[in-house]
Amino acid sequence: MIQLKNIRKSFNGKVVLDDISASFYPGKANFVIGASGSGKSVMMKCMVGLIDVDQGEIFYGSDDFVHKSYEERKLIRKEIGMLFQGTALFDSLSVEDNIAFPLRMFTKMTPEEVLDRVNFCLQRVNLPNVNKLYPSNLSGGMKKRVGIARAIALNPKYLFCDEPNSGLDPLTSRLIDELIKEITIEYNITTVINTHDMKSLFDMGDNIIYIYQGKKDWEGEKSLIRSSGNSRLLEFMKASEF
Amino acid sequence: MKFFEHFGNYTLFLLGLFKRPERFKVFAKQTLIEMSSIGVGSFGIVSLISVFTGAVATIQIGVQLVSGLVPDYMLGTFVRDSNIYEFSPTITCLVLAGKVGSSIASEMGTMKVTEQIDALEIMGINSANYLVLPKILAGVLTIPLLVVYSMVLSIIGGALSGVLGDIISVDAYVRGLRTDFIPFSVGFALIKATTFAFLITSISAYHGYRTEGGALEVGRSSTMAVVYSAVAVIIFDYLLSDILLSA
Repeated sequence: MIQLKNIRKSFNGKVVLDDISASFYPGKANFVIGASGSGKSVMMKCMVGLIDVDQGEIFYGSDDFVHKSYEERKLIRKEIGMLFQGTALFDSLSVEDNIAFPLRMFTKMTPEEVLDRVNFCLQRVNLPNVNKLYPSNLSGGMKKRVGIARAIALNPKYLFCDEPNSGLDPLTSRLIDELIKEITIEYNITTVINTHDMKSLFDMGDNIIYIYQGKKDWEGEKSLIRSSGNSRLLEFMKASEF
Repeated sequence: MKFFEHFGNYTLFLLGLFKRPERFKVFAKQTLIEMSSIGVGSFGIVSLISVFTGAVATIQIGVQLVSGLVPDYMLGTFVRDSNIYEFSPTITCLVLAGKVGSSIASEMGTMKVTEQIDALEIMGINSANYLVLPKILAGVLTIPLLVVYSMVLSIIGGALSGVLGDIISVDAYVRGLRTDFIPFSVGFALIKATTFAFLITSISAYHGYRTEGGALEVGRSSTMAVVYSAVAVIIFDYLLSDILLSA
């Protein structure tokens, strides 16, 4: 479980995250939604430690991530997988080497064990026989799958997905959604998903957090959204034409 | 003001680099890849420049040695010294500032804007240490070797143009090369080359690593890397000459 407690972040005096508290649960797809510029990407970057918060606490289980040293944070980071909006696969490495990268850096697996794990992860994302291809040889959907395979290589407890469907056709989007949902349940991962895709939210969302102008405006289960009475959230949903 | 901001950030960037690598085996492999990229990848351009620099030096010095007061074999001595002291280390490194510097900055910049560096950080890897330290080490090990190679080729280039242009005989040229040779001149050139190598790789990596935005900013970082590296090479050329040769 991940818990945010009163986190604040500002850039050059402009408040981007204002006193946000929220909980993200294991085995569930925790969605963070909001308009562009609302602060959800900054919030995700704060959660994984790419940006330091000005104030507040972020708990991974019982570990306060914010007040840990760089070396102590590294231990938590090894339990984090992340699927980036643009996949962030290493261009100079093949698919196999991309997925093997964290295994070679952080485990003492033999080359055979690494290859077995790579093949297992590729099978898990339904992408066999692409080991020797490079990211430039892959379609957008395939890159996302490789990104997921790399994110789950170390059996993470926490999975962050930043706009997992951006740039994908509707069919591939649904496949990626299903895959993330399956993995979340199968490995009991605390999955945090930033998205604008309302279909995705209603298909697989469990816990929803709505961010409006840097503040948490609503939190709850997806079944409660329509009866939330939150006019801004309902307006956001309506604008999404869903 | 901007200069001091950059200088402070550059110093902090360097301090963050020098940590124990996560996995020595991976670090060694990365360094070898970079050595191949910087060293082997620059072989052609360094060869071309060195031969022509030596050739031009012979022609230009030859034109000026017409009085008869200076023995003609001294042409070989002048070509040797001008190449060892200045042309090979400085011109080679200025060219490498363009070739290697822009390559490092654009590679790092692209990795930054496509979130590949963020991906490393989230995995718990010190991205600067993992990506930049092998480049600096590879540069510091490889560029001095390229400079030594350049010295040899420029002297050969000088001999070729001297003989083909009927400016000097081979015997006289070789006699000039062997006259008053100071071994420290090579040491001086290597000190310069090592310093320039560090400056080129670290300044370029710094500019690439700080890239924010998109393709346009990657190009801008690449240009900045080349300009700042070249300026640093020129300034340190003066400082090292003043410190090491004036004493």
